[in-house]
Amino acid sequence: MEKQNNMATRNVTRYQRPWIIAFITPAMILTVIFTLVPAFTLLSYSLYGWESFKRGDFVGFTNFERLSNFPFRGDFGGAFRNNVIVFVTLFLVQTSVGMILALAIYRLRRGKKLFQAIVFLPVILSLVIVAFMWKLFLDPLFGPISSLALQFNLPWLNQPWLGQPGLALFTLIFIGLWRWVGFPAIVFLAGMNSINEEYIEAARIDGASEMQIFRKIIFPLLAPSFTIVAILTFIGAFEWFELPYVIGGVTGQPGGSTTTMALLFYRLAFGTVDSATVDVGLSSAIGVILFIFVGIGAALGSYYLRKREIQQ
Amino acid sequence: MSAKFSKAKEHAAGRTPFAPIDIFLQGALVVNALGVFLPIIFMINSSFRNGADIYTSPLALANGIDLSNYRLVLTEGKFTQYLLNSFIVTASATFIVLLCGTLAGYALARYQFKFNTAIYLFFLAGLLIPAKLALVPLFIQLKNMGLLDSRIGLILVYASGAIPAAVFIFTGFIRALPADLDNAARIDGASELQVFSRVMLPLIFPVTGIVGIYSAIPIWNDFLLPLVFIRDTSKMTIMQGISVFFGEYGANWGALFAGLTLAALPLVILYVILSSQFIKGLTAGATKG
Repeated sequence: MEKQNNMATRNVTRYQRPWIIAFITPAMILTVIFTLVPAFTLLSYSLYGWESFKRGDFVGFTNFERLSNFPFRGDFGGAFRNNVIVFVTLFLVQTSVGMILALAIYRLRRGKKLFQAIVFLPVILSLVIVAFMWKLFLDPLFGPISSLALQFNLPWLNQPWLGQPGLALFTLIFIGLWRWVGFPAIVFLAGMNSINEEYIEAARIDGASEMQIFRKIIFPLLAPSFTIVAILTFIGAFEWFELPYVIGGVTGQPGGSTTTMALLFYRLAFGTVDSATVDVGLSSAIGVILFIFVGIGAALGSYYLRKREIQQ
Repeated sequence: MSAKFSKAKEHAAGRTPFAPIDIFLQGALVVNALGVFLPIIFMINSSFRNGADIYTSPLALANGIDLSNYRLVLTEGKFTQYLLNSFIVTASATFIVLLCGTLAGYALARYQFKFNTAIYLFFLAGLLIPAKLALVPLFIQLKNMGLLDSRIGLILVYASGAIPAAVFIFTGFIRALPADLDNAARIDGASELQVFSRVMLPLIFPVTGIVGIYSAIPIWNDFLLPLVFIRDTSKMTIMQGISVFFGEYGANWGALFAGLTLAALPLVILYVILSSQFIKGLTAGATKG
């Protein structure tokens, strides 16, 4: 009886120790083998020369140097620039459209649940499905978009949206937006719902306009939601892979204009259909750079954005 | 207390006065709804038409419900196999995540032992590592373990990727539950496993649903890992299968749209039934509550 009383405290008894080990071990083993070990192996891979999937000699930082020289400098720089464009465009459009949709649902008197579900629907669709769907829609010969443009005589709509180097990346961004804009909208909406109604009531009684209430109360109190959306968009944009892969292929067609860093990383590791330029060392170097860049960017970003959050 | 609060909230919400900006905002909602539904309706509509008709008049409506494209997709290719594989992989991986996540979360939240904080930080580190970037080492590792081109390999990698987040959510949730409950069960003579299964599991059941959705949807929708790890068409998942299918039936748009619709259907049906749980699950971690 006395022993059982001891067990009632939160300190571990000898009897409990094996149980704790049994509870924690499965989760730890899986995380170590399939997440931590590969991540550290990636670091070491980037420091070796590679012959297909066979590891060669230790080469130090040579792989990183090769990325900064001809011919990889152009590929790498172009891919990085594309990721920056994706991030900036996605962030600007997604945040503003998401905010408008969130405020619209927040202010609805009826049908909040319904519109929330509609706005969020594309988020649950796989990017592969979304990409293939839009690839067919935007087909210049048989797609509904070009047919719509011809029928209503809208020449601006009748473009090779996915076939023109300057345009294709932005078309991909638009498709990404179609799929993802519901996410920030719902995160902002949740932020708005957590605002204490009394602040808004009090402002209304004091004669504030609805616009002023949004600008002076709702918007500033959304800072935490804003931080989350910004960080997730940053991570997502720099790991952009499925959309360009499905639509532009591993070589980032048209003319390499849709190549992203993740695509380059994949192409160097697993090759292209037409040429077998596989270089695991280079690919790993890109992986390491992406990992460090995204990690530091997300950490710095959340640090600075958190500082401007206000306590309710 | 909570009834009073919700009543007060309702009262306040009912008083949101109409402002000119609402015209613009509600217009935006309507435009968004059209933007969401028109492509999906177009996809479903085209799935009932044959390829030649789609080419000549892409925008026309289907003449009734013609299921021949679906029959083609379901009988000729390996579509049903792809769907089954996706189901097996997603369900198994999610089950492992929930099992490992609840057990580890319970241990971390309830027992004060020497390495508690260290293990908690270990899972935090796991949470920050994107598995995508370790693709090559994972590929070679799976090859050495004989798990390349196998559903088991895929299941283990997916489970490993989702476990750290699951451990976090469960630890946080269980910490907030009163410890008296499990202590009372212990005084009544329950073993540690009984405390977990009889007292804890029923209490954390709602969170299990959220974590389940949070883990399962990205696994079901994933494309990259099967693309790299699976070569054998009989082991492919649906998202990988759909790209194979697009290569095989590239010229038959009716079949392509039927394939896309079929691939999207399982999740869309679940979403229609459980939309609030989906929204909660997929934004878990990004929103509080």
